[in-house]
Amino acid sequence: MSWQLNKKYYPLLITFGLFILMFLYGSINYTGFSSPQVVLNLFIDNAFLIIVAVGMTFVILSGGIDLSVGSVIALTSMVTASLLQANISPIIVIPIALLIGPILGVIMGSLIHFYNLQPFIVTLAGMFLARGLSYVISVETIAISHPFFQFMANTKIHLGNFYISISVLIAIVVVVAAIFLAHYTKFGRNVYAIGGNEQSALLMGLPVGKTKILIYTLSGFCSSLAGLVFTFYMLSGYGLHANGLELDAIAAVVIGGTLLTGGIGYVAGSVIGVLILGVIQTLIVFEGTLSSWWTKIAIGVLLLLFIVFQRLSSVRGRSKTGLISEH
Amino acid sequence: MEKHFPKLEMKGITKTFPGVKALSNVSLRLFPGEVHALMGENGAGKSTLIKVLTGVYTKDEGTVTLDGKPVEVSTPLEAQNLGISTVYQEVNLCSNLSVVENIFIGREIIKRGRIDWKEMNRRAKELLTELNLDIDVSKTLGSYSVAIQQMVAIVRALNVKAKVLILDEPTSSLDLNEVQQLFATIRKLKKDGLCIVFISHFLDQIYEITDRLTVLRNGEWIGEYKTQSLPRYELISKMIGKEFIDSKSINENPVAENKGVSETVMEAAQLSKAGNIHPFNLELRKGEIMGLAGLLGSGRSELARLLFGADKADSGTIKVKGKKVHLNSPKQAIAHNIAFSSENRKSEGIIGDLSIRENMILALQGRQGWFNYMPRKQQEEIVDEYIKLLNINPPNPEQLIKNLSGGNQQKVLLARWLLTNPDLLILDEPTRGIDIGAKAEIQKLMVSLSEKGMSILFISSELEEILRTCKRISVLRDREKVSELENREHITQQDIMREIAGGVG
Repeated sequence: MSWQLNKKYYPLLITFGLFILMFLYGSINYTGFSSPQVVLNLFIDNAFLIIVAVGMTFVILSGGIDLSVGSVIALTSMVTASLLQANISPIIVIPIALLIGPILGVIMGSLIHFYNLQPFIVTLAGMFLARGLSYVISVETIAISHPFFQFMANTKIHLGNFYISISVLIAIVVVVAAIFLAHYTKFGRNVYAIGGNEQSALLMGLPVGKTKILIYTLSGFCSSLAGLVFTFYMLSGYGLHANGLELDAIAAVVIGGTLLTGGIGYVAGSVIGVLILGVIQTLIVFEGTLSSWWTKIAIGVLLLLFIVFQRLSSVRGRSKTGLISEH
Repeated sequence: MEKHFPKLEMKGITKTFPGVKALSNVSLRLFPGEVHALMGENGAGKSTLIKVLTGVYTKDEGTVTLDGKPVEVSTPLEAQNLGISTVYQEVNLCSNLSVVENIFIGREIIKRGRIDWKEMNRRAKELLTELNLDIDVSKTLGSYSVAIQQMVAIVRALNVKAKVLILDEPTSSLDLNEVQQLFATIRKLKKDGLCIVFISHFLDQIYEITDRLTVLRNGEWIGEYKTQSLPRYELISKMIGKEFIDSKSINENPVAENKGVSETVMEAAQLSKAGNIHPFNLELRKGEIMGLAGLLGSGRSELARLLFGADKADSGTIKVKGKKVHLNSPKQAIAHNIAFSSENRKSEGIIGDLSIRENMILALQGRQGWFNYMPRKQQEEIVDEYIKLLNINPPNPEQLIKNLSGGNQQKVLLARWLLTNPDLLILDEPTRGIDIGAKAEIQKLMVSLSEKGMSILFISSELEEILRTCKRISVLRDREKVSELENREHITQQDIMREIAGGVG
């Protein structure tokens, strides 16, 4: 597709502009804010959130929602930590950990498709299930001391004077793969079509059911992978890990310009959405005097502004293409 | 000659939905290179037949043969693969995707494991140029007019190497030029040997573009005719049904006597809404029932909605009791003592999970304001009175309305509006789908209300009941008011039908 200034890119541009503005504000007001390492830290601290948000983008693009992602992260971290504790090799542990999300995803996606259930309720159930299962494994924190995990957690990849972590590399690979998936594969385009108009997608002969199940499987996989990355970051398994993270992921996707009703949005937007959340947090850290809860207030305000903006632009869009209804 | 063998034949198709026989023993034959109209009123089974053909619904009985071979179509994708393509009434594409994607999605051109956007853009441009359409294919579909969206839908349909192309109400949202553009395309495709099924409410268009037609009524096959040898008047009577052709029959309730010219309750002048209804004039007098006749989709409900402020008019004026008013919402209309009962009883009328009592007092409570709550006792008195007056069954005010029969639901809705004591009552198909007894009661009630001074605008597909109750009859055709008849002794259903059909009968 030609990259002309198409109207559909407006939300993406606004998000990006907002990110730049916030960064400039920080650079002007706080010394040391403009260091490239601050930007790289955004990626390091939020690598897992980027991965989750990528999966969530596909779900929301299709018009659904996935509330289970935070709990799946916790469950993945618990399974990983407890298996390592039992002296099982990471070569076996990691594949098992990566299967948790997809399995849950297939089940949730199938329920949503075959029984025509609300994604909200199905994934809410999945959220409780995964969170509960992590407590069944243990109510205590399980620390991880395996050398491979220590290596993954502590290795710094130097870029000149600055560095990133291995997790950032994983996140970048996921983002690139997701962009390819979204724009250059049938699956990706089917996701957009279903989100745009599920009935039409069906009448156009697209495999709606299969795609929907795959979407939740993909989101499950992203959650598990994020869970692994989160485990590298925390070096522990704990049932309370990533509590409420699903809401951060949804916020990042929406701030990233994806329409909650589906059909419109970009993976890249969600990445910027995560970075915006990160910048808010960094700003508040640099400010020093503000309670960290101000992060939540700022996110709330931003989210509200974006939803209103989306509504306004979609109302305008609809009035233009409004079809005459059948008597 | 191969022309004598149908390309596609549907035989003995029967489809039942819970409680309703949507199609019974219906047939359809399509020959190569013909445009075939599928005629019938709404609910006649046209859409169901199309959906059976395209695999959206599975048939209960019957056979479909394509090129002489029996085929089983159980999903839209299978239909497409067989070469049966459909362009639905409301463009069934994804407006959030680009034009090129809407043409190709599901059959993307894949090169080296990825979608080849360049090639698809090129091909899409090529296909659209064939239909004389030069647009930027990378823009989203939603940024184009409905006419262009329609063309894109056709291009998509053709791109599957279609043998049969079904156009379901393709012209309902097009203007005259766009219709001619579409017809040019149809003629071109016809030359290429395609079978085209054309469904439309517009008779002029049927006579202009189709070669043969099949008429359905109430899910039954009525006949297959050459379009040019079937006069409009006969076509209409076949669509509406023979039983209505009997001359003016039982006239138990003679029309209310003409008591000289009474005051005007509502007057609409040059009122219109683009795409819904052409400018019309209408005058409703105190104590009269005005009938609104026309085929479904001729603009009857659209007209009524304008008078009630449910849709906003583009032009024209409305006067209520001689004073010019702006009706921008139903609330304003209600404030001017206008009431409107919609034809969609289920979606725009009843609230299924509320009781008879709660449904009945809605409009009155709404007008009084929600903070001025009507005491329970007063509610019960009023509701009991109307249950008795209208003979609502069961006479239990706390029964949930969804458990009532259609006729009784309709009576509750009538009561809802009667409670507000309107000067003008608009009834859109109040008797549809209800049994004869309830029908007669509602007709009787209308006459007695008008005698008490209420004016009523009565929309109905049944000419017989319009003739029986109305003093004047406005006739709509193709979203335009074409005439106004005085209901006198010599007027018959044929006269009205002739007006509905237009042209020479």
